[in-house]
Amino acid sequence: MILLLQYTLIFASVLLLVALGGCFSEHSGVINIGLEGIMVMGALGGALMMKFLPDSTPAFLMILLVVLASLLLGMLYSLLLAVAAINFKADQTLVGTAMNLLGTAAATVFVKAMNTAESVDNVSSTIQYINAKKSFLVNIGGFEFNWFMLLAALALAGAYVSLYKTRFGLRLMACGEHPQAADSVGINVYKMRYAGVLISGMLGGLGGIVYITAGVSEWKFENGVAGFGFLALAVMIFGQWKPTRIALAALLFGFFRALGNVYSGFDFLKALNLPAAMYNMLPYIISLVVLAFTSKKSRAPKAEGVPYDKGQR
Amino acid sequence: MKKEKTSLLRNGAVQSLLASLLCILLGLLVGYIALLLINPAGANGAILAIVENFMTYSKSTAQLRYFGSTLVKTAPLLMCSLSVLFAYKVGLFNIGAAGQYVVGTGAALYCALGLKLPWFLCLIAAILAGAALGAVSGVLKAYCNVNEVISCIMLNWISLYAVNMLLTLVKEETSPYTFTLSSTNEGAILPSLGLGALFSKNQYVGLAIPLAILTAVLVWVLLEKTKLGYELKATGCNKFAAKYCGMRERKNLILTMAIAGGLAGMGAAMLFLTGFEQWQCTQSAVPAMGFNGIAAAFLGGLNPIGAIFSSYFIQHITNGGAYVDKTMYSSQISDFISALIIYLCGFVLFFKTALNAWLNRRDEKKAEKGGGGK
Repeated sequence: MILLLQYTLIFASVLLLVALGGCFSEHSGVINIGLEGIMVMGALGGALMMKFLPDSTPAFLMILLVVLASLLLGMLYSLLLAVAAINFKADQTLVGTAMNLLGTAAATVFVKAMNTAESVDNVSSTIQYINAKKSFLVNIGGFEFNWFMLLAALALAGAYVSLYKTRFGLRLMACGEHPQAADSVGINVYKMRYAGVLISGMLGGLGGIVYITAGVSEWKFENGVAGFGFLALAVMIFGQWKPTRIALAALLFGFFRALGNVYSGFDFLKALNLPAAMYNMLPYIISLVVLAFTSKKSRAPKAEGVPYDKGQR
Repeated sequence: MKKEKTSLLRNGAVQSLLASLLCILLGLLVGYIALLLINPAGANGAILAIVENFMTYSKSTAQLRYFGSTLVKTAPLLMCSLSVLFAYKVGLFNIGAAGQYVVGTGAALYCALGLKLPWFLCLIAAILAGAALGAVSGVLKAYCNVNEVISCIMLNWISLYAVNMLLTLVKEETSPYTFTLSSTNEGAILPSLGLGALFSKNQYVGLAIPLAILTAVLVWVLLEKTKLGYELKATGCNKFAAKYCGMRERKNLILTMAIAGGLAGMGAAMLFLTGFEQWQCTQSAVPAMGFNGIAAAFLGGLNPIGAIFSSYFIQHITNGGAYVDKTMYSSQISDFISALIIYLCGFVLFFKTALNAWLNRRDEKKAEKGGGGK
């Protein structure tokens, strides 16, 4: 039971972080389909940092540096989307899709090259970080508390305050609803959209490192993040683009994802004798059903996905 | 003479071609830089290996044989790219081609290995399975307003796990692979039509390739020359306007996704019914074929005929990736290059606008000069 709670919380943290990222981007008016690729890049940054820091690094410093590396790489990678979508008015879905493929491919190429450079026989696409990972965990009576859970909670609070209580957040949201109107009162729409996309890159990158360290085993980069970026988008839509509701949605989805990891620990679930693939499918099926019921009265930002053109009325 | 040159640059098809070539060149260039960064010593060899693909073999029979193998995998890729571009013409982004391809595989292989049906029934089953999955996304979009990109991604993963479960029923005891067609049901192998003999007896080359090209032509005809195609495109442009004109916009949406799904499903049958590959039932990632289809569709300028060439190119470099020196690089470098190409395709619209603006400016200047001269 504790294990279920633990996995639910950690997967919910991933979904929450990434969905909040999507939330910032979409509120500024840019659809970020590329979250999946951003997650991979953030994960790469964090994993490299863990690999190269000596094991003796104090836990606090380790966490700080790993988080910074993920934030930074995620943010840099999201620039690809920002430049294409904001300056070049590219199709956001297309660019996002390309970023997803590119993220996984680039990370795999890079990690494999790094591994083969170290030893010619090593063609795996994993990064060793088992020891460094211990810095993130605090064992409280069988429950492995992960500092990332706290970070996710902080991100939630930060997102709520910045979106609803600050001038920046309200302006950002104005750019996603009616950029022309925002521009007419002197808000720089391009700048705001850059801010939205870059923040989503940071949160997505952070989500990525949380995701790959959530499981027990080492992560193969060629697998990408198995649709988690998209699950996060589903969470965001289910949460109606509102941070608090997104948090609840993330918990729900995190729970179903966690079931796949720990179902064998429950006698009544074991007795059902369902194949493991069923549990793997579960989060995706649930999200489809949930989307089917919630998308009708969608409260999506009105101008999302539409490139801003100053000359347009 | 000069006037003719201008009009040639203004031609939409020429612009698309130029844009695609530019994407390819830039994609290869960035790929080459990545190779240089990883290991400068082998970069030249590696990029050559990718571009050369089967031409690395010195014997012409071997070249021909591996050219055939590239073509065998081009056929399903072409189908996937047709699926993507068909949906895109109707305003839908069918990222679910990957999942539709997976269920197509499941249906084709189960019918062939489990039910022992002949090849044409397997092919039809694959089309129907893909179409059904596509229709699910269509229905969700039409009636529940679910973004098709998200529903497609969810369905991709659901179908992957479902097909893994289904095909476990027809897999070999000791390996994660499904039975081979030649040992279980020879009647399910697509006829070769004597084409295999042309490619140094590559028995996998056959019906799939001409069929895929024929389908590309049919898709072009459907989109450009029929009333249905016109209605579908109109729905894509503005579904409210289409509804106002008396078109049934929901039916059109669902139909589009079903056709797109059918195309991708058929593509799967075209690969797996040749016996070229077996399905691995422990597969943990959605096959790249559907995603490469997106690359091919956009690189082909969203034109079914262009897709034939772009599909071949994408498959060519994907296969070429297998020939890079594995002690220095991984074969994923070609995935990297095709992903770059998709990304660059996002700039095509900008490229065209910029080119037209430049042409306009040049014409204006010319007109001014001409006016001053008089």
